[in-house]
Parts: sequence; structure tokens; C-alpha cells
Amino acid sequence: MIDGEQALRTITYREAVREALREALQKDERVFLMGEDVGRYGGCFAVSKGLLEAFGPERIRDTPLSESGFVGAGIGAALGGMRPIVEVMTVNFSLLCADQIINNAAVYLYMSGGQFNVPLVIRLATGGGRQLAAQHSRSLEGWYAHIPGIKILSPATVEDARGMLWTALQDPDPVLIFENSGLYNMEATLGADAGPVDIHQARVRRAGRDISIITYSASLYKALEAAETLAKEGIEAEVIDLRTLRPLDERTFLESVARTHRALIVDEGWRSGGISAEIASRIMEGAFYELDAPVARLCSQEAPMPYAKHMEDAVLPQAAGIVDLVRHMVNAHG
Amino acid sequence: MAEFRMPSLGSDMEAGTLLEWRVKPGDRVRRRDVIAVVETEKAAIEIEVYADGIVERLLVQPGEKVPVGTVMAIIRTEAEPDTPRPTASEPVSPPAPAKAATPEPMEIQFPAADRRIKASPYARRLAAHRGIDLGAVQGTGPGGAISAADIQRAVPSAPAEEKSRPVPAGDKPAEGPHSAMRRAIAAAMARSKREIPHAYFQTRIDMQRTLDWLAAENLKRPIQNRILPVVPLIRAVSLALEEVPELNGFWVEGRHRIAEAIHIGFVINLRQGGLIAPALLNTAQKGVDELMAGLRDLITRARSGGLRSSEMTEATITITNLGERGVETVFGIIYPPQVALVGFGKITDQPWCENGMLGIRPILTATLSADHRAVDGHRCALFLDALNRRLQEPSTL
Repeated sequence: MIDGEQALRTITYREAVREALREALQKDERVFLMGEDVGRYGGCFAVSKGLLEAFGPERIRDTPLSESGFVGAGIGAALGGMRPIVEVMTVNFSLLCADQIINNAAVYLYMSGGQFNVPLVIRLATGGGRQLAAQHSRSLEGWYAHIPGIKILSPATVEDARGMLWTALQDPDPVLIFENSGLYNMEATLGADAGPVDIHQARVRRAGRDISIITYSASLYKALEAAETLAKEGIEAEVIDLRTLRPLDERTFLESVARTHRALIVDEGWRSGGISAEIASRIMEGAFYELDAPVARLCSQEAPMPYAKHMEDAVLPQAAGIVDLVRHMVNAHG
Repeated sequence: MAEFRMPSLGSDMEAGTLLEWRVKPGDRVRRRDVIAVVETEKAAIEIEVYADGIVERLLVQPGEKVPVGTVMAIIRTEAEPDTPRPTASEPVSPPAPAKAATPEPMEIQFPAADRRIKASPYARRLAAHRGIDLGAVQGTGPGGAISAADIQRAVPSAPAEEKSRPVPAGDKPAEGPHSAMRRAIAAAMARSKREIPHAYFQTRIDMQRTLDWLAAENLKRPIQNRILPVVPLIRAVSLALEEVPELNGFWVEGRHRIAEAIHIGFVINLRQGGLIAPALLNTAQKGVDELMAGLRDLITRARSGGLRSSEMTEATITITNLGERGVETVFGIIYPPQVALVGFGKITDQPWCENGMLGIRPILTATLSADHRAVDGHRCALFLDALNRRLQEPSTL
């Protein structure tokens, strides 16, 4: 028999998503994948490579460059009893189908008086940091988290990339999964039996007593790197991966703040009106009397994403910036 | 317009609960009128107003607890015209918007920062739990704010605040309505010992002449007007302070301020536990009969409620008298920001040498605790000497 050690294998985030897609297609014949270049090209980020050959053009469907059209088709298929997975190549292009997502998918259950659920899953690549400039580097997941009627998932780990899709497909309502394109090449070790995970709880990725760093997606790794640096100075940061931006699991971060009495939110999105503002407000509402310092935020600079590497680095939150901010919050003297 | 604010009735007070208004909108008030009753951690206090005028609006409802400095009422002072204004009973309607008003840029104006102590919510909670006066804590947090670490440094030996801390069997936590007073006393006394370099002085006083004089005086009075032995002591302290005025005053913001009037705070222990030290106002202008009446009134009101705000805030020195409790000597802790405290013990018959002769005399041990930042030993010695001299010449009291 296979023992535990042999069962472990190292795979990339990309392969984990592909495995999840393959599993879903195998387990449920109502599931199909649809999007630009997902078939013959194997996906813009090579996530769906090989699936067309395995499952055929009925279930791995290339679409025209018309986000509004094919997301609308996905909504229709979901209403018709299918379990569509629609890939919108990146969140930047989702603006073309924002009407379908926000004005249709998110509200049909309500508009139909509870008659029609829309069991649609939309996968989107998101995030900056890859020198793709202003129009291709947005992080709009926090912005979508404003909308009631949809769920917003943000898998940061290979395990979540592997496990969130199936759970999302079981949800009767629309779920958007934001995959940070900078994470596709990241490797991690998973068990052979890795499978579905919950999508309603944040996770403490590193325990600490001095400050709670609340983050999600690719920023998780910057927070963890900062926490290691800080630990050498005797500052123990707790790092929380939100995993799901809507609905927010506030219990996990409020309990953490009650232990550490300080909170820093790291968000690749912009600061004004962003998900970081929402989290800060929840902390104020739920843990005000636990706070020993004002809640702090480290977000992207409020500017279009620059193309030049050094400027892009300057705009995005970085580990060094987290370290500086935490040092100031924990060791402030006057 | 004058604003009537929640007064600070002691250095340890952060908030008070309005129990009742003694006035209503439209009433005319004069300086020193009692217009409200406020519950502090120590007692129900009658609050005086310091402006002449007409009550325009009452902004706080009975039962509300508000921080020190909160505007509780608006008093229209005499010079101002009688403008129609909404009263407290009517909802305040917003002014009609000006036609096509362009939105003004928002100007953020924080209230004057010097009054408010910057402390994190968690630090405030810890401080309240441990009875620590935030005013005495040096903040090292962001922008000089007081953080939890500063509170923990302020009392390194304080018990952990976690509720889960096991209470040893047999120990009952002191709960109940008076634990708030206990915390207030703890805060004031801890602050005093932390901040004030106390110097202590002691002298033994032959009370024979004063007691003889008192016995003769009391024979002239009906029983209900008889004077207690503590009254000539208060009178003697007041007269001695006129000779050594440095002991009568405050240490505030790093400076010694000598008070003009003498308001002697008198420590009154309360039957339900705890103590309070309201002032006998203008002690210097009062003879022994007035002092006796004043003291009786003060003790009655301290125990039944009804002390006035000026009595709670204006004491310039404190006397503690533990003679009736049978103790011989008490070295008291100064009540900040005052700079001195006089302690009296029990008068006991002692062998006493005078002019080479041994006799038995009623002896009182008087002590002085003084803030050495404000006064030096020489002046303290002069004070005790003056006190002794006055008690040897009781006819001058």
C-alpha cells in the first residue's frame, strides 16, 4: 500500500487548478469549461492544457472574444441545469462582462422571487507584478466583494487552488475564483488525496502574539516573508489568509486582533474604498476595545500600474514595507 | 453663551453620571448655584454653576454617564440677546440649505488636544481594570499615545487582567458598588506614591492646655453645640498655615502654586467602606463654633450624599485624624495635587518632662507628610512648631 510519504508530491499552483478542473469534469457530467483560448491553446496561462484532448470540444469550449456574450451563456447554462466553469482570462477583461456578473448573475435569485439559482463558477486571473502595465495588472477582487449575491474566493495556496473549485461548484449561487497570475508557477507539496476544502473560513498561516497581519492572495507570501524578518527582531506577527473576501470570515481576524491588539491589512488593491477599508471597519466595530494602536493598511499606491519593473515594485506592497510599518506599530516611542 | 461642562471632581475622575438637574431651560442661575447632581465613583455631588445667566438648553439626560469636560448645558449669559433657539425637548432641525450651495471643503478640526489623554482603547480598558490614572502614565505609543505596554509598566506587579486567572479558594474578589471607589482611591494613592517624594515629620504635643480650655468652653454650650477635640486641631492647622503658607497649595505641571484661601480637606471614612476628603471651605475665616458646625454638616452630607463640587475640588491641604480609632501615629499619603497632609493620632496619657519635672500629660502625636518638591524640611519643622505653639495658647484659637 502507499504510505503517507509516497503519497506526497510537489505540484505547481497551475497544476493544482488543472487537477481540480479534471476532477470536476470527471465527477459531474454537468460541468464544462468555457472561455477564450481554453481549448486548443490550453489556456492563456496554460491551466487547461490537455483538457480538450481528454474531454473533447463539447466540454472544453473555446469562445469568441466577447466576455459579455460567453459569461451570459454561462449564466444561461447554469439556469438550464448545467454547472459551467467560465474562465475570464483576467479580471481586467471582466469589466466587459460586469453587467452579466453584477446585474444578472448576482440578482436572478432575488429577482425571480427565489425560483432561480445561478450555480455558475467564474475563474479569473488577477494581480500585478508581472510587468503587464496598467490595463493588465488590476486587482479588482475587493471591488467585486462589494456586491451581494456573489461569493469571492481568493486561493493563495496550492492546496486552496486544488480544493476550492469543487466546493465552489457545489454552491447554488455564483462564485468568482480569483487566481493571482503570479502564483501559477509556485510549487508546494500536496498529498495524493488532496481534495475539496472549505470556502467559508480564513486561516491563520502563521501564529504570533504582537500583531495580526491580515491579507490574501499573493500578498500572503510578502506578509510571511516580513514575519520571518520581524521574528529575528523579536516581533512575532500573526499572518491571516482571508481566503474568501465575500462573505468575510471576520470571526477569525477579530479573534486574532483580540490576542495581538494590533492589526495591519496588506492588500494589493487600492486603499480608497477597498476591501482593506472594510476589514478595518469590521475591526473597529468588533474589536475596538482590544486595539492598542490604530489599524494600519498597506495597499497599492493609488496610480495606474507602471510598466517599469522598479516602478511596479514601488507601487505594490512589499515585504520591506510591511516590516517597516510593523516595527513602527510595535515599537513606537513617541 | 457659557458652556456648563462635567467638572473634574478630583484628579482620579474620568466621567460622571448625571443624577438630576436642579434647573430647567429658562431658569435664571447665579454663580455658585447648585444646578445639577452628579454621581462619581466616590459620591453624589451637587454641582455649582460658574456663570450668571439663563439656562438655554440641557444637553445631558439624567442617567447618562459622560466624560469630564462634556458640555452638559448651555447658559445664556446676561449680555446676550434672547434669540429663539430650539429647546432640549424639541428635535434640533438642520438649517435650511442655502440655495445651490457649493459644497465647502471639509475641514477636520479636532478638539483641543491638550485636555484629552491619548491612549489606545485597549490601554484604557486595562487602566480602568487596574485602577490606574491615565494622567500619571507616560505614553510611548504612536504619537506619544499611552499603549498597553505603558500601563503594564505602570504597575508591573498588578494581577493579570484575564478573567481566566484562577481565584485562590477562599479569596473573594472585592466586588460591589464600592469597588469603583476602591479603584479611585487606589489610583490617587498609587499616583501620589509614584510622583510625590514624601518627607515625613513628627512631633509630640502636650494637649493639657487645649483640653482644659475646651472643657471650659464646652461648659458654656448646650450639649448639641459642644466642640470636639478635633476642631481646635483644625483651627490650629489653619493658623499655622498662615505662618507657613507653602504647605497650603498644589504641585501642578512641574510648579508649586501656593493657594490664597485655606480649604482644609478632612478625611471622612464612610460606613460602607472607603473614604472621602471634602473641604471645609475658607477655614481661616472660621472660628471654632463655625468649624464645628461646618464639620458636622460635612460629615453628615458625606455619608448621606449631597457634597458640593467646590468641596470636592478645592481642598488645599488634608487632615487625617485617626485618634478616635485608637492609633497613636499616622503618616498619611498626600492627596495629589496637594503638597501636604497633616495626621493626628490618639491623645494618650504619657509621662512628660517639663521644666525638669516629670508629670503625666495627654499627649498627641502630630505628623506632617510634605511634598519635598515643593517645601523643604526647615519650613515643615516651622509648621509643626507653630502648630504646637497654637495648641499651647488655646485662647488664641
